[in-house]
Order: sequence, then C-alpha cells, then structure tokens
Amino acid sequence: MLLKRKSSVIWIAIVLAVFAVGCKKKAAPPPPPPPPPKAEVAPPPPAAPDIAEFSAEPSSIERGQSSTLRWSVSNANQITIDNGVGTVQASGSRSVYPNETTTYTLRASGPGGALSKTATVSVTAPPPPPPPPPAKAPLSERITALQDAYFDYDKSDIRDDARSSLTKDADLLKSIFQDFPDAVITVEGHCDERGSAEYNLGLGDRRSTSAKEFLVQLGVPTDKLKTISYGKERPVCTESNEECWQRNRRAHFSTGQ
Amino acid sequence: MLGLGVLWAQNADVWLKIVSNQKTVLAVPDLRGSGAAQNFMGAFNDTLFSDLQNSGFFDMAPKGMYPLQVPQRPEDFRQPARPGASSGGLWLSDWASPPVSANYLATGYAAEQDGQIVLYGWLFDVAQPNLANAQILGKRYFGSVDEAGARKVAHEFAADILAHWGGTSLYGTKIYFQSNRTGHKEIWSMDPDGSNQKQITSFKSISIMPAISPDGSKLAFTSYASGNPGIFILSTETGRRLPFYNQRASLNATPDFTPDGKQILYASSASGYAQIYVANLDGSNLKRISSSRAIEVEPKVNPKTGTDIVFVSGRTGPQQIFRMNFDGTGVERLTNGEGEASNPSWNPNGEMIAFSWTRGFATGNFNVFLMDVASRTYSQLTHGEGRNENPSWAPDGRHLVFMSTRNGSHQIYTMLADGSQVHQLTTAGDNRTPVWGK
Repeated sequence: MLLKRKSSVIWIAIVLAVFAVGCKKKAAPPPPPPPPPKAEVAPPPPAAPDIAEFSAEPSSIERGQSSTLRWSVSNANQITIDNGVGTVQASGSRSVYPNETTTYTLRASGPGGALSKTATVSVTAPPPPPPPPPAKAPLSERITALQDAYFDYDKSDIRDDARSSLTKDADLLKSIFQDFPDAVITVEGHCDERGSAEYNLGLGDRRSTSAKEFLVQLGVPTDKLKTISYGKERPVCTESNEECWQRNRRAHFSTGQ
Repeated sequence: MLGLGVLWAQNADVWLKIVSNQKTVLAVPDLRGSGAAQNFMGAFNDTLFSDLQNSGFFDMAPKGMYPLQVPQRPEDFRQPARPGASSGGLWLSDWASPPVSANYLATGYAAEQDGQIVLYGWLFDVAQPNLANAQILGKRYFGSVDEAGARKVAHEFAADILAHWGGTSLYGTKIYFQSNRTGHKEIWSMDPDGSNQKQITSFKSISIMPAISPDGSKLAFTSYASGNPGIFILSTETGRRLPFYNQRASLNATPDFTPDGKQILYASSASGYAQIYVANLDGSNLKRISSSRAIEVEPKVNPKTGTDIVFVSGRTGPQQIFRMNFDGTGVERLTNGEGEASNPSWNPNGEMIAFSWTRGFATGNFNVFLMDVASRTYSQLTHGEGRNENPSWAPDGRHLVFMSTRNGSHQIYTMLADGSQVHQLTTAGDNRTPVWGK
C-alpha cells in the first residue's frame, strides 16, 4: 500500500512535468494531495475458524446400519451439524442412522468467521429377503426319488445293488414320513414275464416283503409300509429280453393303488 | 419226500387213454333245407360238421368224395338191382365202399314248420346189409328260424350222435377267461366254439385267473378291486357278487372249488410265503393245508377222490407240480425237477393232469403236457409254438382249452387231448387263463 502511494506520487510528478513543459503560461499547479491519513496501529485480526476434519465412516451403509461422523474444528465457538445432530463440541464423533442418503453439514462459526463442510452418508436399500423355503413337494413327487430294488430271476433275496438302493431309500423314507406323518407307502413287488402268472403273484409278494423287511431293519416304521404283489400283471416294459426282464424284477414304491 | 424208485418217462401214449387213435369214419354230407330254413343251412352244416370233427371220435370222410345223390330220409334209399352195384349214393354200400369208405352216415334235412326250424336227423351204420338194422338214430329237433336256431339244432343232433359213442357234447358248456380288451383285465365267458363272448366283471381293476364251481353256478377269481389281490366269488346265474371273507394277508389268490362245490382252496400269504389254505364258500372256517418256506399256489383237488391235491410249489427250487393229501401230508413231487412246471388241471377221470412245463425249452417257454399221475408218465401236446399255458379240461374229459402266443399275442385255443384239432377262439385284445366249466 505504501508502494502504491509512492508510485502515484511519481506519476503525478511526471504528469505535472509534462504539463509544465507544454503550457508555460498555465496557472500554478494544484496543491499536492493531502498526505494519506496516518494508518492506525490495529490489533491483529482474530483467526478464522478451521475444519480440520469432517467425515462419515463408512460413507456408504445399508439401511438400518450406522455410520460414524467425525469432526475436528478449531477457532470456532459455535459448531452445529444439521439433520438432527445439533450443537457439538469442537471435536468428536457421533453415530448416525440415516434412512436414506443424507448430506450432513457442519457449520462452524467464530470471531474469525464462519465455515462449513459437508459429509455424505449414502444409504443403500438392503438386498431383498431370500425367497421363502420352497413349498413342501407333494408326496407323489417325493417318492419318485425312491429307487427301485432289483432282483435275480425267481429270487427275492436283496442283492448288493438293491441293498445300496434300499439304504438310500430308508433315509428318504424317514424324511418323507417326518414331513407326511399320516402317509403310508406301498412297496410293490413285480416279476418278469417268464414264470407263470400264478406263481409270480407269490414271488412278487416275497419281493415286496423282502424289501420292506430290509427297510424296517434300517429303522423305517413297519406300520408305514404296506406290501402288494403285482406278479407280472403290471410290467413296466414288455420286450422279451434280459434288459426288460431285469427292469420288471423289482420292488417299487407307490402311494397306493 | 420223493420216491427214488420212481421212473419218470415220457410216453406218447398217455393221451391214448382218453383219445383213441382207432377212429370211426363218419360221412356227413351237407344237409338241405326247405322254405325259410334254407337260409340258415350254411350255419347248420358248419356247426354239425365241426362239432363232430372236434369231438375226436371220428375221422370225417372228405366231402369231395361223396356220391352225387344223398338220401335225406329212410324213404330215399334204393337198394341196387344186383348186389355190389351202385345206387349213386342212395344205398348204404355206396357210402361204405371206396372212395368214401365210411362206417357211418349222418344225414337228414330241415324244414320250416309252424314258425320253427324242424330238423330231421338220421344216423346209419352203412356196413349193414339192410336198412332196418342200419338206422341208429332218427329224431326231430326244433329251433327258431334264424342262425341261432340252426346252430342249436345242429349242436343237439351232434350231441345225440356223440352219445352213441359214449361222448359228451360240449354244447352248453362255458369257457371263462380273462381279457384286457376293454382296457382292464376282466373276466369273460364264451361258448366252446368261441361264439357268444360276454364280459362278466366290470371292476376296471385287475381281475384274473377264473375258476368255476363243478355245477357251473359260481365263478371264483383273483381281483385287485378291493386293493390287495383277493378272492371274489360271483353267481354265474345272477352275476352278483357272493360274500367271501378274505383273511388278512397281502395276497389271497388262485382259488379253486372242491369237487363237492362246498369249499374253496386258495393260496394266501397270511403266514409269510404263499401257502395253500381251504375255507368254506364264504371264506369262513379256514385252515392252512401246506407248510413250507416256499411259494405255493394253484391248488386243485382231485375231482374223483376229493382227497388229494395237486399244486405248484417252489420248495425244491424252480416251480414244479406236487401232490399232497387234503391234510397236507404225503407231499410228493410229480414233475421231475426239470425246467418250471405250473397250471395243473385234473382230467374229470381223476387219473390224469394237464399242465404247462418248460421242460426242453428256454425259461418261460411253456408247453402243454399231460401226466398220468399214478405212473408219472407224461406226454407233450404242444411243441414250442409260442408259449402254451393254462390248460384246462373240458367236461367231456377229451378236450383242453389253453392259452397260446403262437400267433403273436396271448389268445385262447382249444384242442383235443392228443394235441390235434387246434382252434383259436379269441382275437380281440390279450386273453389268458381259460377254464372250462359246465
């Protein structure tokens, strides 16, 4: 400021010199401007407020979760945070639970001025709830998972492969009976086409009984299983070859007749 | 249990006990009709010829060899001018000599009279030198003026001819069987020539394996109509179901009547394995007869003795035919253990059974056999023409009805007990387990 005043004096001097050369006959030059008022010695101005920190951590939450606002302010005697937080100390933290994305504004004011800073908490909707557990499959559908037990010709002993099928069946049956306490499941005995129809009624009866007895040994309640022989009256296939014969020599599960 | 000394042997002559191979040669020319009767003579002549031919008593002299003239009544006979000469068919010797070479001549004619068909039927022994000695039968028969009436009088005339040889006509007998032609296995009936096929049951379930009471009044069978297989009994007269108590078991099946018609034998799994039981006609008073840890089905009581039972058992391995006393004692195996044997049926004479057996064939390929039970000699009647099962004796003791797959599907056939005269009776659907009743 002093420098500016000095240069303006020089400028005035130059201008006057030019006029003086050019217009000799001009009147007396104007008086020099008054000296600038003498500057008073002012006290140093108060320091402006400073917001060293205003943050929200985490800055993104799911609805219902919290975020922590942290702040640190100096040179202020009034510090407020909007959105319901209110007046706060110069530094501190506060948990907030915004329901939707919210921008918090911290306002600090003091003798040195006022200042504000914002922090935003983004709120995301929580994921939709998981689907409800599936509706209980009907009994007729549940029993389709039960495997047939296969037999040798004219035999009702449980073969190794039938043992493994029936062992799995036993677990499935127990779970079915838990879900359907009133259910009774039928063990059907079937035969291939070769033996006589009459004898096969007896043979199918043995096969259904053997399969049932095996399941009962594995803990399936005996009163939940009934048996029926279809002999060779209800074949699953009718070709005259071993593949089809084997498919028909079986114990099969059904919900009844 | 099995007599080691018993010699099992196949004997082709088993059937000779019932079907002689020394047969009478019978000439049966086509009879003619007058008036409205002539419209039905085709049905008449077919019926008469087939009844006589199927009886197994005769060799039918071929029609193409017959003389041009046929005596229609005794008055038509003309003795030739000199012995040994021909009367062109109008004398006995014209039929006895070559090329006809018959022993007997059945002839006659039909007319319409008073709104009925009247058949005049005669039978002559053409070896006799004179007419008076030659006439064996001369009778009138009456029927309605339609095809059914013509068949009726033909059956009756044939029955009278058969009676002269001690034969029993099968006219009026019924064959019961199971058929799936409606989409469900139901019990059906038909006449012995396959005509008049009628549905008996309508359970729309599985109804199989019929048996008929000795007097023909009751039909027993195995049905799933109430859930597990059980025994059902129907009156053949009313078609109504009669009460039968099925004991608590997963399986009650393969019923048959005792010869007095007062009890039912059947197989039941009440004690575990299917075993033979006997009960009253209503199922009460039941008793277990057989006792083994094996499948036992198809009990059949000897129709003459009423005391011994043949049945099918797996007690020595694959199913075989056994016999036992009515109290379950004296069990002996009748078939020799080869293959699988099933479906025993007693001949009315109580000496012979027909049954099916896979002996000599692959598993499941049954053929019909006969066995003389006392000697255990047997004879094979079918020879691998498909599966041949469920033989059942006709009331005449000379014919069998059975199931065969020889033409591709399961159908019902009849044959003479020597395996000849095979006739297919059914074509629609799948037809099995025939039984021949009165």
